[in-house]
Amino acid sequence: MENFTPYTSLAGGLLIGLAAAGMLVLNGRIAGISGITGGVLKGDVGDTLWRFLFVAGLLAGGFAYSFVDPDAFSIAIERSTGALVVAGLLVGFGTQMGNGCTSGHGICGLSRFSGRSLAAVVTFMSFAALTVFLVNHFFGGVL
Amino acid sequence: MNKKQYLAAFGTGLLFAFGLALSGMTLPSKVIGFFDFSDGLTSWDPSLAFVMGGGVLVYLPVWRLVKGRARPLFDERFRLPTRKDIDGRLLLGAALFGIGWGLGGYCPGPALTSVGSFSSKALVMVASMLLGMVGFQQLDKLRARSKAAREVPSNGKVAS
Repeated sequence: MENFTPYTSLAGGLLIGLAAAGMLVLNGRIAGISGITGGVLKGDVGDTLWRFLFVAGLLAGGFAYSFVDPDAFSIAIERSTGALVVAGLLVGFGTQMGNGCTSGHGICGLSRFSGRSLAAVVTFMSFAALTVFLVNHFFGGVL
Repeated sequence: MNKKQYLAAFGTGLLFAFGLALSGMTLPSKVIGFFDFSDGLTSWDPSLAFVMGGGVLVYLPVWRLVKGRARPLFDERFRLPTRKDIDGRLLLGAALFGIGWGLGGYCPGPALTSVGSFSSKALVMVASMLLGMVGFQQLDKLRARSKAAREVPSNGKVAS
């Protein structure tokens, strides 16, 4: 467990929880990144600008944080552009089909004791672990 | 929609990004490290569990407090998911997402946040993620349309 960062990861998790709780208390909505982003692409009248602003907040946050700690965004894995393209397509397609990702199903859904979210979390965690195992086993961790 | 809601959307997005970057989840190596047991516990990085645990630690009590309320602060009503059924679509979608997550080490939040830091790999990932999202939405629209067409009687008139 040489790369384990218990304190900063817990602190970051608390901030994420606070942001998601803010979305619930203030705007009455689930802070699900894939749902909010997918809604921007649908472009329904009257339901797009707030989604766009949330995503803009994410990008602005990443931009600001990169000045505080540029190492927070360094990619230390060996994944080719092709692998990332396939990964992106699967993440985009899958999160729209399954109505959520790590934020909506993970943090919000599990906290709300949603059976659907629990089923989704167990499924995507299992398939992520299986994928990492296969990449390590058959490609030596490089793809 | 009012100005307060727009401001809250931007502000919570900003805070969410800070949390993700601080937590280490913008590093695909840490995400993949959570699922990597190739060296037993030596290579395992439990950080991801602490991130999700931290998120639930804050969200769960807030959810309990908010649940009985009539409305959020900036809107007339809550807009929350109500479905309870676990169908094949949910599970297949989650499985596809899981494969992509394990392959790239990015889920949607960290990928978008990393684009803000001008990471070119994250930009590739996000561009194809958006394409995948549009792809599903278009397929779903086609499916809904052909289903609706099948339900129309053969004389073309919709029963009223």
